[in-house]
Amino acid sequence: MAGRTGNSKVNDFVVRFANVNGTGSASANFLFTKSIFRMGIPVTPKNIFPSNIQGLPTWYEVRVSEKGYLGRREGIDLVVAVNPQSMKGDVASVMPGGYFLYDSTKMLHAEYIRNDINYLGIPLMEMCNKEFSDPRQRQLFKNIVYVGALAALLDIELEVFEQLFKEQFAGKEKLIAPNMKALKMGVDYVIENFKYPLDIRLERRDLLKDAILVDGNSACGLGAVYGGATVVAWYPITPSTSVAEAFDNYASEYRMDKITGKKNYAIVQAEDELAAMGMVIGAGWNGARSFTATSGPGVSLMNEFLGLAYFAEIPAVLVDVQRTGPSTGMPTRTQQSDVMEAAYASHGDTKHVLLFPATPKECFEMTADALDLAEELQTPIMLMTDLDLGMNDHVSPPFEWDDKRKYKRGKVLNAEQLDKLEKFGRYLDKDGDGIPYRTIPGTHPTKGAFVTRGTSRDEYAVYTEDGGAYQRNMDRLIKKWHTAKDMVPGPQVYQKKNESSYGMIFFGTSTYAAEEAMDILKEKKVAVDALRLKSFPFNQTVEAFINSHDKIFVIEQNRDAQLRSLMMIELGTDASKLIPVLNYNGMPITADNIINQVLGVLSPAAKLSKV
Amino acid sequence: MSYIRPKFRHPGLPKNKLGYTIDHYEGSLSTLCAGCGHDSISAGIVQACYELDIEPHKVAKMSGIGCSSKTPAYFLVNSHGFNSVHGRMPAVATGANMANRDLIYFGVSGDGDSASIGMGQFVHVVRRNLKMVYIVMNNGCYGLTKGQDSATADEGSKNKAGSVNHFQPIDLASLAIELGSTFVAQSFSGDKTQLVPLIKAAMKHNGFAFINVISPCVTFNNNVGSTKSYDYVREHVEATSTVDFVPEMKTITTNYAEGSVKPVKMHDGSVIQLHKLDKEWDPQDRLSAINAVQKAKQTGEILTGLLYINEESKDLHTLMGTTDVPLNTLHEEVLCPGSEKLKDVNAGLR
Repeated sequence: MAGRTGNSKVNDFVVRFANVNGTGSASANFLFTKSIFRMGIPVTPKNIFPSNIQGLPTWYEVRVSEKGYLGRREGIDLVVAVNPQSMKGDVASVMPGGYFLYDSTKMLHAEYIRNDINYLGIPLMEMCNKEFSDPRQRQLFKNIVYVGALAALLDIELEVFEQLFKEQFAGKEKLIAPNMKALKMGVDYVIENFKYPLDIRLERRDLLKDAILVDGNSACGLGAVYGGATVVAWYPITPSTSVAEAFDNYASEYRMDKITGKKNYAIVQAEDELAAMGMVIGAGWNGARSFTATSGPGVSLMNEFLGLAYFAEIPAVLVDVQRTGPSTGMPTRTQQSDVMEAAYASHGDTKHVLLFPATPKECFEMTADALDLAEELQTPIMLMTDLDLGMNDHVSPPFEWDDKRKYKRGKVLNAEQLDKLEKFGRYLDKDGDGIPYRTIPGTHPTKGAFVTRGTSRDEYAVYTEDGGAYQRNMDRLIKKWHTAKDMVPGPQVYQKKNESSYGMIFFGTSTYAAEEAMDILKEKKVAVDALRLKSFPFNQTVEAFINSHDKIFVIEQNRDAQLRSLMMIELGTDASKLIPVLNYNGMPITADNIINQVLGVLSPAAKLSKV
Repeated sequence: MSYIRPKFRHPGLPKNKLGYTIDHYEGSLSTLCAGCGHDSISAGIVQACYELDIEPHKVAKMSGIGCSSKTPAYFLVNSHGFNSVHGRMPAVATGANMANRDLIYFGVSGDGDSASIGMGQFVHVVRRNLKMVYIVMNNGCYGLTKGQDSATADEGSKNKAGSVNHFQPIDLASLAIELGSTFVAQSFSGDKTQLVPLIKAAMKHNGFAFINVISPCVTFNNNVGSTKSYDYVREHVEATSTVDFVPEMKTITTNYAEGSVKPVKMHDGSVIQLHKLDKEWDPQDRLSAINAVQKAKQTGEILTGLLYINEESKDLHTLMGTTDVPLNTLHEEVLCPGSEKLKDVNAGLR
């Protein structure tokens, strides 16, 4: 075996699975992740999948980190290569001294032999052909056999798998025994043929406490159920589809009328994203909490309706699970590239409230918060998540809900209030905060009715082309925008007071890598203050943070430094003060990448060697 | 057109069961051209709601963009209206209806709004059988942008500028039947005696009720050579049936000769009395309705009346199994599963 540099890496390594999609590898790979999670060790899986259903290469990368770093890390310690199509690249991807586990049923081609890595050949196909007769089973159990091999190689407790199989096959107990058998085949092969465990291995810890393992899209769907959404309209698009599906699943469990068995919600798969947004607006106008979920291309199509909702002041919630654009781009890769599109969606003068969750827990909370904010502000609220957060499982603090929490329905007049009113003015700024009062159709026989429209109107909702009335309305909308600054979630500031003249700002899934980078910079004695954005518009704290530093690194996952542009536009910050730190190859940003870009500016000599 | 409408109403105006006189159902002053067919249709909606004793605030008026889509301001001033975006009214109406199944939804659209920019949404709202009255005020041209041909302009029809349309027209009524619409009617804005009972029947239908109303554009498409002018339509209208809608106090009389009478019972117990003029055609039989419409097309006639009805129609809410209570009235107690359930969810994710 080739020698490894450095000591053994307990609970600190990356395993990458190279599979063919549509072969059942996803559930075996998840089983691997879940077993590490059950051993109390921080783990973060990334699914790197094609826009395809069957036959193309797909990868699943699992990072284990004793220190709790949940961002992606470059440098693969062990590859499980069961896809001949991608073998060449998979061999090349292993770090020197690392391991290459492959199906040795057929001999490995000479060009795949490197002398600086270790080869672990297991005749997976041969073993399964011998033990199982059904072709589909042979295929599926091949995956379980390599998980079994990993269990022995990395020291994963077999009892954990036993328990996981029991849970997975509750009601189908017949399947437990053959799965355990396949798993043990892998274990036994390792015991008989290799020195085990490897120097990369696992040790049980209690680092996760009450954490859960869940993807952001499920959390958004659940948050919408808790937040009181009753009308959902959506159109299938990767990576957002599972948001609507999760809502439907949770609602069909928690939102059924106990007596009639009927649904206390309505969900429609629309003909396109235009219609989906139109339905959300129709429902919001009619007093129901409503949302849609989509990705960048869908937001493009929804632009017209978003402008209407902004101008006619109708509550709407949109979950944007961002992917790699422009156009169809890389539809199954991650990016934070809809920031500008979302912030200023639609023609004319428009600005929209954006929320930036970083964890599944925040996906849950911010979806519910968005439903409140939409009604309080009577405007669209966009939850800016991304493929990485939405579709990958994340270790997250558990979901929490305060039973005392009441839905904030905003300024809605009921029949009694209308009775007392001399004259109702839909667009009057009664409270001086820019937020007018609204009425829901059907409330009062003779008061409060008006025609909602996207054309200009006066304070009493009467159509007018008077320039003064138009301008008054646009000015009130900006007043409302300023009111929103104190209503949206404020930023997370990482230090009590400034420790450096340099700061970094990041949001969403860049948070994982940014927090890891902060630790490493500290170790290198490079001081950089940090702030995590949770929303747009920017509030006073954000502005103060920028103003009190000489230079700000703006970390984001797009080419054009879109968040940086937003700061320049909205806060008037000088361009030279904002240093872009970017990542836009479709893979989640890494700490090493951030550190190298930051040190490239601060102290080039301290840059990390290329990993 | 601007004119001053006198506020004075005859003190002896008859009141409906709710105690409202007809002016309670009117809207603000129309700004459409004098003689516009659309104003007659608005008047038909006013009449139908008055006669059916509808509470105006239990009606929602939905529209897109165009001359026709302006009309919700011109009827039912005590109803909420939503003048949304071009061609997208069906989606907005769908969302509104999902939120509150108890209101009566009037969707008002035009031929540009429904047959061109909004075709995608039109066909899908038909498919979903959304409970609403969907009226297309069809004049074969784009009025608000000054007279361009629309997709319902007949092949060979000449517009005001003298140019001839070379393209096949989209026939919204046959399309609606084809798509499975459960109520399809056609009428003429100049024939209020037929239109009003059709609107009433549509309001009682438990699903998507489509009325294609030929409504001549007096300014841009009322010229010689146009097949949507008042003169042309009057000459080529062929009523398939007359419709009386009962539960009315007084019988509705029509201008047409009586044929065989066929009562159609609606889901709420009211009855449509169909006076068929053609023995060959059965409005409860889709194939027969398609046949009748296609035959008329060949001879250049415009069939009017109730062309097709499926009185056993199930609307979107029925198909989805939504609760009977309007969703917009549900509160936290019903909507939020609470923290105990969340503990189960968390446990399942460990």
